[in-house]
Amino acid sequence: MGQINTGDTAFVLVAAALVMFMTPGLALFYGGMVRTKNALATIMQSFFIVALVSVLWALVGYSLAFGPDKGHLIGGLEWAGLRGVGQAPNPDYAATIPHLAFMIFQGMFAVITPALITGAFAERMRFRGFVLFIVLWSLIVYAPICHWVWGVGGWIRNMGALDFAGGTVVHISSGVAALAAALLLGRRRDYGSAVLRPHNLPMTVLGAAILWFGWFGFNAGSALTAGGLACNAFVVTHLAAAAAAISWVVAEWLHRGKPTTLGAASGCVAGLVAITPASGFVSPMPALVIGLLAGAGCYGAVLAKWRMGYDDSLDVVGIHGAGGCLGALCTGVFASKAVNSAGASGAIFGNFPLLQAQAVAIAATIAYSFVATFIILKVLALTAGLRVTDDEEDSGLDLTQHSEAAYVFELG
Amino acid sequence: MKKIEAVIRPERFPRVRAALEELGYPGMTVTEVKGHGKQKGLRQQWRGREYVVELLPKVKLEMVVLDEDAPRIVRAIVRNARTGKIGDGKIFVLPVEDAVNAI
Repeated sequence: MGQINTGDTAFVLVAAALVMFMTPGLALFYGGMVRTKNALATIMQSFFIVALVSVLWALVGYSLAFGPDKGHLIGGLEWAGLRGVGQAPNPDYAATIPHLAFMIFQGMFAVITPALITGAFAERMRFRGFVLFIVLWSLIVYAPICHWVWGVGGWIRNMGALDFAGGTVVHISSGVAALAAALLLGRRRDYGSAVLRPHNLPMTVLGAAILWFGWFGFNAGSALTAGGLACNAFVVTHLAAAAAAISWVVAEWLHRGKPTTLGAASGCVAGLVAITPASGFVSPMPALVIGLLAGAGCYGAVLAKWRMGYDDSLDVVGIHGAGGCLGALCTGVFASKAVNSAGASGAIFGNFPLLQAQAVAIAATIAYSFVATFIILKVLALTAGLRVTDDEEDSGLDLTQHSEAAYVFELG
Repeated sequence: MKKIEAVIRPERFPRVRAALEELGYPGMTVTEVKGHGKQKGLRQQWRGREYVVELLPKVKLEMVVLDEDAPRIVRAIVRNARTGKIGDGKIFVLPVEDAVNAI
């Protein structure tokens, strides 16, 4: 029964703080890639989500995701308002830390997931429509998928699919939602012209560095204990990010002739995405392979976007969607019971059912996230309104949505 | 009096300025501007896509000088701004009616 371990508790609280820091980091990562006139609005979307989803999580989100199972699909409302979620551990989820620690750690995941989607509709979403979308998406898409994969009684968890830190729950769900949003909102007015270029790449690189840093909390913290498994997750996370940064840069160098800074920043994020589901199940050398595949693979996925012509402005589909799927499949290939006895062994150890379970989990997440996101956005488009007017888009969201300017040149 | 307006390569500006200072003309107003003449745009990369930036960064240097000094200054600017490639810029000399100190 629940005996609180101070080391574990301290570790998970620090990890939760690290994961919290990722979303403002994402704000900078995205903010640097948009035009000057949309810099603040883009940053605001991620930053405001930290506040919005945190409150939502405490009120109902956590209960829907992790509360007592209803039909293997969703948690009940028994824990709404954090009723019964206190200082005593909940052995179903983490036996050695207070239930509140587990709740807040998971809350940070609920925060960053919808923030990832904002890259797809950057530079053209109305703030009001954005807020409503995030509220509905968190409750209708994130909470159920989170319950399926991580909630006790969830059907994907029961099926034996593995997702250590959120390959399906966080990255595939947001990556697919991003595709639905890009298709439904349509392209930016200036799509395809040279006007659409990043206004501050140093800001983007700083954001990527914060993401990389915070990801240690994301993946190592998902061990929920301060021990060997957390160390494994920490090391494989770092190696995959490093390998992916190298492979994206090399791929772009060979393809376009120059190694870019944005490529290095994008590559490390692709590697971090791909190692996320695998981080508690694979050893370091497979992590290098996953990183190498993720860097070049996500670069290819981003190139495919140009050919298909949808305006996923900041490449959420190519990085989180494609990277998430790659990582979930690689978990089915490289997972090893020697790393985590609570896990399973993958295809390279002759165990194919795990790979099959991973494929089913991916397919279900893609299908549900795409359809549900599309419906939410369609309803909002017809009611509250999603897209700014043409004039507002030309003037920029900073001015028209927030009456602010990111950069003020004062005389004197 | 003449006003000299020179649009030059930003990377050549430090040399031009040093040369003018040496000639004894330390006063100037400088702005960072964008534009293009015959020079083609700059190629840049963005996540595997190439695009061309049409307007290129230049430095515009303005100074008002005595009529007889103008040719010497123009020659100094040309000597130090020139690389021989397209995009070296242009220099305009305009008549100035009056100049008043604001002191």
